[in-house]
Amino acid sequence: MADLATTFAGIRSPNPFWLASAPPTDKAYNVERAFQAGWGGVVWKTLGEDPPVVNVSGPRYGAIHASDRRVIGFNNIELITDRPLQVNLDEIRAVKARWPDRAVVVSLMVPCEEPCWAGILRLVEETGADGVELNFGCPHGMSERGMGAAVGQVPEYVEMVVRWCKTHTRLPVIAKLTPNVTDIRKPAEAALRGGADAVSLINTINSIMGVDLDAMAPSPHTDGLGTHGGYCGAAVRPIALHMTAEIARSPETAGLPISAIGGIESWRDAAEFIALGAGTVQVCTAAMVYGFRIVEEMISGLSGFLDDRRYGSVAAMVGLATPKVTDWNRLNLDYAVKARINQDLCISCGRCHIACEDTSHQAITSAVDGVRRFEVIESECVGCNLCALVCPIADCITMEPLAVGVIDARTGRPVGSGNTWKDRA
Amino acid sequence: MATPDIASRRLAAGALAAGFADLRPPLAPNEARIAAERCLFCFDAPCVTACPTSIDIPLFVRQIATANVEGAARTILDSNILGGMCARVCPTETLCEQACVRAAEERPIEIGRLQRHATDRLMESGIQPYRQGPSTGRSVAVVGAGPAGLACAHALAVAGHAVTIYEARPKLGGLNEYGIAAYKTVDGFAQREVAFVLGVGGINVVHGRRLGAGLTIDELAATHDAVFLAVGLDTVNRLGIEDALDGVVDGVSLIADIRQASDLAAIPIGRRVVVIGGGMTAIDVASQARRLGAEEVTIAYRRAAAQMGASPYEQRLAQTDGVLIRTGVVPRRVIAEGGRVVALEVERPATGERLTLPCDQLFRAIGQAIVADEVAPLAIVSGRIVVDEERRTSRPGVWAGGDCVAGGDDLTVTAVEDGKRAAASIDRALREASGG
Repeated sequence: MADLATTFAGIRSPNPFWLASAPPTDKAYNVERAFQAGWGGVVWKTLGEDPPVVNVSGPRYGAIHASDRRVIGFNNIELITDRPLQVNLDEIRAVKARWPDRAVVVSLMVPCEEPCWAGILRLVEETGADGVELNFGCPHGMSERGMGAAVGQVPEYVEMVVRWCKTHTRLPVIAKLTPNVTDIRKPAEAALRGGADAVSLINTINSIMGVDLDAMAPSPHTDGLGTHGGYCGAAVRPIALHMTAEIARSPETAGLPISAIGGIESWRDAAEFIALGAGTVQVCTAAMVYGFRIVEEMISGLSGFLDDRRYGSVAAMVGLATPKVTDWNRLNLDYAVKARINQDLCISCGRCHIACEDTSHQAITSAVDGVRRFEVIESECVGCNLCALVCPIADCITMEPLAVGVIDARTGRPVGSGNTWKDRA
Repeated sequence: MATPDIASRRLAAGALAAGFADLRPPLAPNEARIAAERCLFCFDAPCVTACPTSIDIPLFVRQIATANVEGAARTILDSNILGGMCARVCPTETLCEQACVRAAEERPIEIGRLQRHATDRLMESGIQPYRQGPSTGRSVAVVGAGPAGLACAHALAVAGHAVTIYEARPKLGGLNEYGIAAYKTVDGFAQREVAFVLGVGGINVVHGRRLGAGLTIDELAATHDAVFLAVGLDTVNRLGIEDALDGVVDGVSLIADIRQASDLAAIPIGRRVVVIGGGMTAIDVASQARRLGAEEVTIAYRRAAAQMGASPYEQRLAQTDGVLIRTGVVPRRVIAEGGRVVALEVERPATGERLTLPCDQLFRAIGQAIVADEVAPLAIVSGRIVVDEERRTSRPGVWAGGDCVAGGDDLTVTAVEDGKRAAASIDRALREASGG
């Protein structure tokens, strides 16, 4: 079994699987259970100044369900910790003492005044914690008080606060970024300018999960009124992957350690983030849905994958896919794939046909010689992948590349290499 | 002389009640949602093609999955007004569910149970989604209130024609009420469904009128603008060997007696029972005989299992009930003592071997026929009325459907389709005649 030990911005952990700053890391009881289950680290739920905030006692969470009520999207309107600062500090100290090999990072959010940050950093350092994560991402409640995403959305504030923190602590500083921005590279660059040791992302996305059509109010709602909350869970993973890749491949931020967050449920999800440049991954929703034991699957799956590919370590695969992320304008327009339907696997549901017929390129038959049969018409197929995506059977429809030099039956052009939109203009 | 062992109250009340409880209990809402979410919403779905009434199955299943259960019921009932009963009695494993593309890959969508889920919910809600159409001033006689007659009457009423149903038996429903095993349709569902169908309005029911017993096609044709015959099959085929003996009974009689019984325990059943036949009737008799407490029940069928009218599912059901199905055996002789049946002698034609099957009761379930005199002078073939695609008989102005017509499958669902097609044809004919 491959060793999953990771050093991230100077913080060591036995594996790259950390619990994100969130309800699962709000107190020692939960964190102890997480470490017993095998998590490599935690980011303790965000500490603030006393007196602690007061949370709603109505519903704090909402969800999007897929078939069989599988939770694929999730949101929350919970605030930072609502426990007294000293209680948290005492627990952090005790937990870190009991679990010296695990990463204990403390998330922080205080007003945008240097003394506030200096003060709380001193207290955190005394607990023996391994690092701090600056919460620039919380999109609800705290942002309305000038903290969280209200900071993360202004690169100058990000840079300023990071710089204060680097001035006042010897601990590694991770800036946690909000995705509620137009270009994630800007706050990442600001964090780097301020001296951040790493960034973590994504925090949650502004969202309304649904509307209660009986109450005619957002769902869930608190005493009849609802507000936007932070969206997370598997459904946000593509957004998080994109933002991770943007920071990893941007010349300005390349090499800045990234702790990736956003819809990670399995070893494969984690491996995908690592391949795009993440050094560690953080998980919350999946743990909240399934419990801490999911980390066992993550550990065994990632170890097996590293063994299979002979990478040897997590560090060896960080960013391996990053160079393959590019701009649309650099894509080869003389490359072509054609859908191929494996008739032995096909169950004849016809979803590929109707999807193509109604909404795409009329490139799949519904009958051949009067018999129900679904075949690709190569001269019409643009290789869009829709049929393969709607097919209920894995690997029944595959997208097969045409070899270089072959004439594409649809365009009459030979398949070539390297012809971008500019070459074809 | 052997004393036949035919007795009531063979089982304790609990065992009896368990045996006659709902065979396939309704889906709980959560089960229904999970079952519905498996549907792939196929293009030109094979299940629809396989349904004799062409219910838009992917649509109604999707409506269940999206918590639009009443909409689902409307989708079903628009194509099959007896969708509730069909959900219970259709051999789905040889119709829609056999065609389901997921059957090959894993297991089919539970279309029958989902259909029941939707239709039950609508009927429980008390909503009547249909209303009588604006009056056309035309009247149609429907003879027989079984599935074909009810479906035809309903569609005609929606089209605005005045409908009079003539029914010979005390209750409406035909085989739904008298001819289906009790555990397939419990809690008086057949009558609730009849009430739902009649709830459209504009359907007048005349009880106690039987074709051939004072009621004639000529009289009906004279007093109505069109006639639809859905009289079913009212005579039971004879064995041709010792039919008159005590203990030789029509299978359909036992089925009807069980359905109409106020006290199941009071129904007498033999200790050893033999049923001759291979269709649904044979299965329903044999299984119910076991569930009444008969110790040994044998179905004797002349051909191979694959040729039985009863589906493999039905065959397994009987076998699970402890019924022995003997195939490839031809009845040769009924053995009697003192005017009572004591055994059936059968032969395996392949080998000439003869077997004696001792029995206290011998049930005939080898099919039924129409009484030709009643429907003369209509064209008849193999004891059934000849009809065309639109269910028109050889006599203008007279349509027919259900079990009494030739070429059908003797299923509730095909009878409904007959009624639907006949109603559409009658409506067209009457409107053309009006020049409208």
